[in-house]
Amino acid sequence: MDNNILDIKDLKVNYITDEGTVQAVNGLNISLKKGESLGLVGETGAGKTTTALSVLRLIPNPPGKIENGEIYFEGKNLLEASEEEMRHIRGNKISMIFQDPMTSLNPVMTVGEQIAEGIEIHQGLDKQKSMEKAKEMLELVGIPKERSVDFPHQFSGGMKQRVVIAIALSCNPLLLIADEPTTALDVTIQAQVLDLMNDLKEKFDTSMILITHDLGIVAETCDKVAVMYAGEIIEFATLEQLFTEPKHPYTKGLFGSIPNLEEDVDRLKPIRGLMPDPTNLPKGCTFHPRCPEAKETCKKREPVSIDTGNSHMVKCLLYEEVSQSEGAK
Amino acid sequence: MNSDVATKNNASTKTKSKKKRSQWSEVWRRLKQNKMAMAGLVILTILVLLAVFADVIADYDEVAIKQNAAVRLQGPSKDHWLGTDNLGRDIFARMIHGARISLMVGIVAVSIAILIGGTLGAIAGFYGGKVDNIIMRFMDVFLAIPSILLAIAIVGALGQNLFNLMLAIGVSSIPGFARIVRASVLTVKDQEFVEAARAIGATDTRIIIKHIIPNALAPVIVQGTLGVAGAILSTAGLSFIGLGVPKPRPEWGAMLSDGRQFLRNASHITTFPGLAIVITILALNLLGDGLRDALDPRLKQ
Amino acid sequence: MHKYILRRILLLIPVTIGVTFIVYSIMYFTPGDPAMIMLGENAPEAELIKLREEMGLNDPFIVQYGRFLKNAVQGDFGRSYSTKKPVFDEVFSRFPATLKLTVAGLAIALVIGIPVGIISATKQYSLMDSVSMILALLGVSMPNFWLGLMLILLFSVKLGLLPSGGDAGFSAMILPAITLGTGVAAIITRMTRSSMLEVIRQDYIRTARAKGVKEKKVINKHALKNALIPIVTVVGLQFGSLLGGAVLTENVFSWPGVGRLMVDAIKQKDTPMVLASVIFISVTFSIVNLVVDILYAYLDPRIKSQYS
Repeated sequence: MDNNILDIKDLKVNYITDEGTVQAVNGLNISLKKGESLGLVGETGAGKTTTALSVLRLIPNPPGKIENGEIYFEGKNLLEASEEEMRHIRGNKISMIFQDPMTSLNPVMTVGEQIAEGIEIHQGLDKQKSMEKAKEMLELVGIPKERSVDFPHQFSGGMKQRVVIAIALSCNPLLLIADEPTTALDVTIQAQVLDLMNDLKEKFDTSMILITHDLGIVAETCDKVAVMYAGEIIEFATLEQLFTEPKHPYTKGLFGSIPNLEEDVDRLKPIRGLMPDPTNLPKGCTFHPRCPEAKETCKKREPVSIDTGNSHMVKCLLYEEVSQSEGAK
Repeated sequence: MNSDVATKNNASTKTKSKKKRSQWSEVWRRLKQNKMAMAGLVILTILVLLAVFADVIADYDEVAIKQNAAVRLQGPSKDHWLGTDNLGRDIFARMIHGARISLMVGIVAVSIAILIGGTLGAIAGFYGGKVDNIIMRFMDVFLAIPSILLAIAIVGALGQNLFNLMLAIGVSSIPGFARIVRASVLTVKDQEFVEAARAIGATDTRIIIKHIIPNALAPVIVQGTLGVAGAILSTAGLSFIGLGVPKPRPEWGAMLSDGRQFLRNASHITTFPGLAIVITILALNLLGDGLRDALDPRLKQ
Repeated sequence: MHKYILRRILLLIPVTIGVTFIVYSIMYFTPGDPAMIMLGENAPEAELIKLREEMGLNDPFIVQYGRFLKNAVQGDFGRSYSTKKPVFDEVFSRFPATLKLTVAGLAIALVIGIPVGIISATKQYSLMDSVSMILALLGVSMPNFWLGLMLILLFSVKLGLLPSGGDAGFSAMILPAITLGTGVAAIITRMTRSSMLEVIRQDYIRTARAKGVKEKKVINKHALKNALIPIVTVVGLQFGSLLGGAVLTENVFSWPGVGRLMVDAIKQKDTPMVLASVIFISVTFSIVNLVVDILYAYLDPRIKSQYS
């Protein structure tokens, strides 16, 4: 517990819109040890990005609002920190890589300026020194330093994401949150960027939360995996546990949706149905309308997260009942 | 958060005819929710009614233009709600007859501009290439002349009467409409339903009338509403410097210009017609802004 | 970049010729006989014929236009029908007054419009935002000549604080500049607000915040620089309405500029004077737009690199 760098407890985030209140994150718990990599997996709209932005306290407000919860980073609750304290954490101790490199760089500033800016703010260096350091960072992500005077539109998508990575890592953060860092890139570039991130993460001994919907990427990079559905973590396990023995019907469904070369399956089994309407979540277990193993109780009772052994956490009534009936014996 | 609504809306512009009606009722529904826009619409309706029934409310020959030295420069009273001017004419009566001129010039001028500018813009956008280049360069030249100057020059050259006034203001707002229509034609032109129409052998004219114009309508409606406001301002401006409707016809700009000499002792002559202009333009702007939001929810903030 | 500027300057030539052609064509329709306007209605027929011949009034339209253009290039826009003096000199001597008024109006519009627009956008839906949006709406709905008269009524007639006309020093400029600038200030306020709101939502603003940049700097550096790009275009276009509005404002405040000269000339059917005034103002507008386009390229590196 004490060597946890990040502890998110019972986080609840709502977006209040004209069409209703969107319950984006719904009592979420995550913990992350120093140096660990956590994969946060889930469909679009599961609340992954909202969770990440909550850690940096960058939820756009309005319409977003953190209703409840605690986010401990290095033992300090970030939700109680002042704006000034947060500024010293953002980009310095926690940084973030965003999904779309095409839009996450400022079009009217040179990439050098954009990397140097964070360095200047957090490391107390003057403009010139910051720029020198920025050029080093560029070289580190594989871009010649001469290009620091160029503007974002002069770079390709993959190159832009390298610049974004350089910005994120320029102050040796303790925690890096990467939000679908490769989704917007070509497949060939994806691997390069992923390798680069992994190398740099090792080099700086950074903890990481990798947000993705791609289990393949998780398998390559992460130590632990949290599966997210409708704003909750429904399964939390080590990489090995999850890949060898997925427990939650949703997680099993995710594996059923990807082709497997080793097993001989006639056809893929996609998860039926769609993500529930976040303004009107189903009662009981939020997954029950889509769950192939749903029972009558799933419509009524909300499951709680339980440990099925070796810290493999699952939030599903199927396992709750097993442990309950075992306890009854 | 609005992207769902936007795509739905987009889809309904694409599938035509039957869904067209539901799209317009959707626009109306959104417009109704906008209190400011509805306020604008109510004010405009009242103004139009006043203008239409101006003769019933106050006779043109007997009240609006008949001079009466006995009651000149009187302030607001029971007999003359908004007072009288320097020639003893009832200002309220003149204002409602003035509303006729303003609204008529505004609407006719914008119609001229939409007709000519819209056609030019549609041709330029639809055919592209050299035609586009020639038309739009010509429009650029027009745009280089500040529109009120152009209108002044046209009225100055053609002579001062109601028709020339409408023509001058209409012509000077042609380039704006040409640009807007061209832009929306360009975005519609390459969409699949137009290609589909072409694939089944629809003629150019048919494609323009059945497909392109309905889809270019939204920005034209918005710009048209705001354009009427601009035209009314120009009319008042031209009348103010004595190049508008010939006297003794009451026109708001001319009325407040007449009041200038009496600003010290009878400022109501100047104040009230000005307020009429402000209220009219305000109402048109409110409605125009509301229409823009209702027609394109993606732009709403 | 030089190539871009050169291209834009060269483009000014056809536009200017086009403007002269349009305005010349319009003024050509002016009814009445210029010879008679110059010599008076009772002039003997023989003299009228002689003058018409001298002025080339019997030539076809295109020949007359060609001659006009050839002379105009040399700075000769003909002589005024009423004062008989070269119109160019007259317009040129009145021009500084108009420019002064226009620039003062623009300054007021910018000084009010941009800060208010930024504050409105950053405090969206606040009381401050609502109040400034209502004022801006009133500002765009008000005819400037009426506003001018109302200002005279309040500050000159009632309070006696400021002069109501003429061009005598700084105090005489305050009311005309406010009159002219208000409408454009309102437009720029609205434009700045919507442009800022658009930019604030962009991903790169989130990136800046995620770097730990101070909120003030996020707005004034990261957001404003992007938001200014469309604003600059609007300011350029609004310069045209300022120049047009100056014609009316000059008439309200008896301001000795080109606008008043032009209106007087129209009433006296002094075609060369009208022609020169409109062309002069339009060319000024074109030059301002040229400057704006260059500034635009300077602000937006995406455009700059297209031409370098």
